[in-house]
Amino acid sequence: MKQTRISLLALGIVALSGGGALAEGDVALYNWGEYIEPEILIRFEAETGIHVTMDTYDSNEAMLASLKAGKLGQYDLAIPGDYMVDIMRNEGMLDTFEPSDLTNFGNILPQYIDVPFDPGRHSTIPYLTGTTSFAVDRNKFKGDINSLALLFNPPEELKGKINVLDAQNDVLALASMYLGIPQCTSDRDQLRALNDMLQNAKKDWASFGSDNSREVLVSGDVTLSMTWSGYSARARDEGANVEWAYPKEGYIMWMDNVVLLKDAPNRENALKFMNFLLEPEIGAANTNYAKYAPVLKGEKPFLDEKIANAPESNPPADHPGTFVQSCSEEVQVVYDKIWANLKK
Amino acid sequence: MAGDMQSARGTSRLYQGKGPWLLLPAWAVIGIFLLLPVCLIVVYSFLTKEFHGGVIPEPSLAAYDQFFFDRGIFGDDPPRIEWNYIEIYLLSFLQAGLATLFCLVIGLPSAWYIATRPIRLRQMLILVITVPYWVNLLIRTISLKFLIRDEGPMNAFLQWTGLLDHPLHLVNTSYAVQLGLFYSYLPFMVLPIFASAERFDIALSEASADLYSTKWQTFRLITLPTIWPGVVAGSILVFVPSLGAFLAPNLLGGAKTYMIGSLIDEQFKGAAGNWPFGAAAATILMSVVLVVLILNARSQIKLKGAG
Repeated sequence: MKQTRISLLALGIVALSGGGALAEGDVALYNWGEYIEPEILIRFEAETGIHVTMDTYDSNEAMLASLKAGKLGQYDLAIPGDYMVDIMRNEGMLDTFEPSDLTNFGNILPQYIDVPFDPGRHSTIPYLTGTTSFAVDRNKFKGDINSLALLFNPPEELKGKINVLDAQNDVLALASMYLGIPQCTSDRDQLRALNDMLQNAKKDWASFGSDNSREVLVSGDVTLSMTWSGYSARARDEGANVEWAYPKEGYIMWMDNVVLLKDAPNRENALKFMNFLLEPEIGAANTNYAKYAPVLKGEKPFLDEKIANAPESNPPADHPGTFVQSCSEEVQVVYDKIWANLKK
Repeated sequence: MAGDMQSARGTSRLYQGKGPWLLLPAWAVIGIFLLLPVCLIVVYSFLTKEFHGGVIPEPSLAAYDQFFFDRGIFGDDPPRIEWNYIEIYLLSFLQAGLATLFCLVIGLPSAWYIATRPIRLRQMLILVITVPYWVNLLIRTISLKFLIRDEGPMNAFLQWTGLLDHPLHLVNTSYAVQLGLFYSYLPFMVLPIFASAERFDIALSEASADLYSTKWQTFRLITLPTIWPGVVAGSILVFVPSLGAFLAPNLLGGAKTYMIGSLIDEQFKGAAGNWPFGAAAATILMSVVLVVLILNARSQIKLKGAG
């Protein structure tokens, strides 16, 4: 440990004195599983000599729990979703940088710079974006799919053929849109209505599942699966005849972001890696890999045609999605209660 | 017998005074990696929850209050008994108990059969029992799901034979969870029973028959007491992990009914982020299991005392 500090100090001195030739060492990334094109890590190391070490997590909350339990200070970068950026900032887990620290900052699509969870982007850069709603197996269901009623008050032929994401935030956000009430409402009548509606909807659902929300569509176990847009596109690749819904009541837009963590052991290398990720070709490699939508200018020429034109990558411009909000503590307690009622 | 005792005492004289040192590594490992975390869990369950995970070091009974009392979704109704979590626990105990029973019904005759074969065949059969378990539990659980799907091979076969005219709906029901538990832990029942049955001297049964006892009496008075330690060990090895299982409930049961394992998992990794409540749920589970094991140990001692 002491040795690392000394070598870091040395690195710092060299960097300060302008002798930037020494560009070795590590950068520690905390990422979702299967969420970066492996080729990117190899190329970054070949170009800079910096080795990327990576650990993975399977939910925003698991990442937060692990950082809180003492891992903060061991990682330089993490990739939280939009609402989790807010939570992490309130927990004091984020460091800041100046946009001018990143020469490729200008590549970010302008609409993704002034985002509600990090206006002007001082702790984060966008990583991937997509939407959350549901995909329907068109071989089995022919009706209109542009309503959240299919999920919360399904027609007879869909009953018992529905998988729902095992994720409190997403389910309660979509349910609120369906009822036309604000997210994180503290109004008691609205919260009661939310609870009752979900209790009633549950009997028509076959399962809760996140990781397998694509597989159940491909295998034909369910006809409708609430899932992420990239999973829908992958299900189609794997042979399912699915259509992605942009329901009229609303749908979730999400964005994962690379954040610079507080007490990052390799801050300079981390900024270099962030800058690397902002190169259009690299961004496009990731977009192709995860099958979500691009966040950088100039990705187009590098994108697979199928992804560039997939309905999942092209939400209707006149009907944009909504970010999930992180609720206040008093509302979150009620949300937990509603979720526990639903899952028992 | 007396010679054995003598040599045992001789051994202990040889190592006299060194015993504690020999145990030191074991105690260090158990102490640091098992007892200390368990103590932490118990302590955390009595602390105040921090928003989005973590604890504030102020003593609180809120976690236990949440477990046992229902104050409505807004938390200001007059308190009533909270049945939700108790039901989850009862259901988990029922599932684990049934899994143990099924494992016993299948495992005991199998173990007995294997133990009474010639030695070469015996080794082969034990190998055959363990081979599927070299594969990761997650993969086995998912494979099982594919087998029992509505449109899977099992239903295709049942319909082909004409036994059923519509698929048997198993996936996402508690029957599938039960099947998963029973299937996951079967070898944990077979192996300990086999180990005790293997040492059983068949001449004892013959002697019993010579003395005019019925088959049932021989089984009850001679065979069963000999293999009983294996039965108890196997039952514990099946029952305890079944209680905390979350793969089978999540994958085969569609995560629609909580079992204890998923409930605790959610408190740490889910949006709830309620560590004290997760810790309290774990502490309550540990206490119940501990009581069951102590009662079992006491009845064992009584059994031995009576014999």
